[in-house]
Amino acid sequence: MRARPMNTSRREFLKTSAMAGGGLIIGFTLPGAARLAQGAGKEARISAYLRIASNNEITVVCGLSEMGQGVHTAIPMLVAEELDADWSRVRVEQAGVDQAFANPIFGMQATGGSTSVRGHWEPMRKAGAAARAMLIAAAAETWKADAADCRTEKGVVIHKSGKKLSYGQLAEKAAKLTPPKDVKLKDPSQFTLLGKSGTRRLDSAAKSTGMAKFGLDVYLPGMLTAVIAYPPVPGGKAASVNDAKAKAVPGVRQVLQIPSGVAVLADGYWAAKLGRDALEIQWDHGANASLSSEGISKMLSAGAAAGGAVGRNEGDAKTAAPAKKIEAEYEAPYLSHSCMEPLNCTAWVRKDEVEIWAGTQSQGPAQGILAQVAGVAPGKVKVNTMYLGGGFGRRFAPDPVIGATVLSKISGKPVKLVYSREDDTRGTFYRPASVTRMTGGLDAAGRATLFAASVASPSIMEGSHFMKLPPDGVDEFGVEGVRDCPYDIPNLRVEYSRQEPGGIQVWFWRSVGHSQNSFFLESFIDELAHEAGKDPFEFRRSLLGKQPRSRGALELAAEKAGWGKPLPAGIHRGIAVVFSFGSWCAQVAEVSVGADGTPKVHRVVAAVDCGMTVNPDIVKRQIESAIVYGLTAALYGKITFKDGRVEQSNFHDYRMLRMSEMPKVEVHIVPSKEAPGGIGEPGTPPIAPAVANAIFAATGKRIRKLPILG
Amino acid sequence: MLSLSINGKTRNVDAAPDTPLLWVLRDSLHLTGTKFGCGIAQCGACTVHLDGQPVRSCSTPVSAAAGKKVTTIEGIGTTRVGKAVQAAWILHDVPQCGYCQSGQIMSASALLANNHAPSDADIDAAMSGNICRCGTYNQIRAAIKDASAGVKGA
Repeated sequence: MRARPMNTSRREFLKTSAMAGGGLIIGFTLPGAARLAQGAGKEARISAYLRIASNNEITVVCGLSEMGQGVHTAIPMLVAEELDADWSRVRVEQAGVDQAFANPIFGMQATGGSTSVRGHWEPMRKAGAAARAMLIAAAAETWKADAADCRTEKGVVIHKSGKKLSYGQLAEKAAKLTPPKDVKLKDPSQFTLLGKSGTRRLDSAAKSTGMAKFGLDVYLPGMLTAVIAYPPVPGGKAASVNDAKAKAVPGVRQVLQIPSGVAVLADGYWAAKLGRDALEIQWDHGANASLSSEGISKMLSAGAAAGGAVGRNEGDAKTAAPAKKIEAEYEAPYLSHSCMEPLNCTAWVRKDEVEIWAGTQSQGPAQGILAQVAGVAPGKVKVNTMYLGGGFGRRFAPDPVIGATVLSKISGKPVKLVYSREDDTRGTFYRPASVTRMTGGLDAAGRATLFAASVASPSIMEGSHFMKLPPDGVDEFGVEGVRDCPYDIPNLRVEYSRQEPGGIQVWFWRSVGHSQNSFFLESFIDELAHEAGKDPFEFRRSLLGKQPRSRGALELAAEKAGWGKPLPAGIHRGIAVVFSFGSWCAQVAEVSVGADGTPKVHRVVAAVDCGMTVNPDIVKRQIESAIVYGLTAALYGKITFKDGRVEQSNFHDYRMLRMSEMPKVEVHIVPSKEAPGGIGEPGTPPIAPAVANAIFAATGKRIRKLPILG
Repeated sequence: MLSLSINGKTRNVDAAPDTPLLWVLRDSLHLTGTKFGCGIAQCGACTVHLDGQPVRSCSTPVSAAAGKKVTTIEGIGTTRVGKAVQAAWILHDVPQCGYCQSGQIMSASALLANNHAPSDADIDAAMSGNICRCGTYNQIRAAIKDASAGVKGA
């Protein structure tokens, strides 16, 4: 028996959906049970962003996705601060897709790029302040008093006479008032929540009791679970399929050939997986069957040697004749995001409407894409954003939501598409590999006078399908982290050469280009410091005269780590500082190297200047989290190809940092009155160079290729 | 039809005996607190207890659970140790994305049930089979120590 041939309309439909998957990137309410509704009470909708119940419970509606970064606590805090709410009565609810929730930095509803607090710092405070003004106006009207004689405190409006009305008592009346056009925001000196330690996450209880609902936790009546047999070589396709044995597996309901592979739909995951194991597929491997990591490295290395489009050019790096000159080639591999929750989406395509349930970072774009995939109006696509079991950029990509929608449309059933861990690891959408050739020069006094970098890597901008390489030919994600070299070096040049090994979809990975380029730059600066015979901290510091916030973070990390003070025998330090996503982060790593060459990271001291903070406890946890993410990749992370196939598959061969390897981490926040910077990503870039530089201090061996245990 | 004892209740399920316990809990019984992470006992997200011992339910056939007491994250809070562990987790705001935390709590509860005062080495040994991609290991360690004080004091 063979998979059913497709009829014409289905073929047309699949053509459209394939295009949506590969050619363009164009909105549930579950997370919200976190701090459970205390029930009872009639609710009044004050604005799109908040409701107040007669029992004084305040629900903040959040359009951003919670993937661990704490946005479902930070956004309510921004509203609650200006509202003068009683924090103990504030809960959060996930919004559906609505233009009211467009991320001001992206212009669409999506979560990523460490933009949430930066984008919503003012709008969410204004939403809180507007609601407060409406509640005061409602109280003044009730009392026939002057609003100017009323103040607010912890969820209560208080008149100068001492009369009081709670927000819950006023909500219904306030909701009928016209929101004020202009509101005055608090001076930061008046903050009682923002920037203060001790405000707890709103989702801890749900996530400590198994009650939090992630995408994989969705069950619908009549739902089938799908797994897809994907081509083993990127760009390949099924030439012939024998599904007789698959269909004989108890619980298997349908086998469908779709552009991304051969899908088995069954009652539950296990039957679907057994069905997939039983498929007999002849693959046409296509053009990439000889893809190998050796070939990719050569291609990138040749690209870096040849040079490319000029991304920055100061002084004259080409003719500079420094007293000392060093050159080095650095390399970083492809990386998988490997979120703890394997990728998935549940979709239900009904007559002229689509509903999906997914842990997604990009519900806004998903609405438009799925409207095209299913042939319905965008307003007929409902996106229920679930908790994300990790995101790291991977859940910005639309492949699971498109796949589930295609399968629901064809099968006529609600379908939960599940990626096995192997599918997730091998599914490309990787952090691009990169080779960068750097040249540095010193004058006779050992001062840096030349820095040139030639980067070769695939283009995320082009790979994203929603951006294009700019006219200058320089991919901003390819060069970020070297192009913005903060050091005061008179001759400075950065070039970018786009190289595209076949079939590998590249994507945004926590801290994006900084994740490899900061390793390159901060390791090479260490090389220059060594060449100059100078202390790596002092050498950096001397070149940061025009970058006070970089220097400030560097100095704080060095001070807290006791830079220059003696360490226990066998332990050595390395340092790095990186500006990314609007924040400055410096790290000092303390590392020993065993007799067999295996490094152990004992302690990391980080300093971050992220401007004003919303929740400093979450800031510290995010930096620590980002360090673990970066350290895991630095030590172990690599996706490699052989005969067109990804060689890694699961956690036994794509290794993760574990409890026994976890260093002590200290995070110090630079006090600041500046606007907030990002926090989910800036902790990742400095750790690889800080550890590599510590290994050099320990052994004299320079790490120029990641992973360290490669 | 298999008869299982889960969180103190008898549940009858229609599943082939070699179906992993994980998928019976999730797909048949909709006990979704137990998570799928890797399918090959490498990450610990699917950890449950069989007669109090931690097992990876993704690699345990459901037939192995017959005649034993299965405890999942939905039931662990009814035990003294489990309750203390969950309270410590909440107190320390351990979870970030939260996906691995059911498994972490099940591993930590099993550790503390047998060892009321685990050393750092004991914690490393008991917890290194549980991966956390958000990197909450230091908070997990602190919460286990906190919970151990509660368990000892009780």
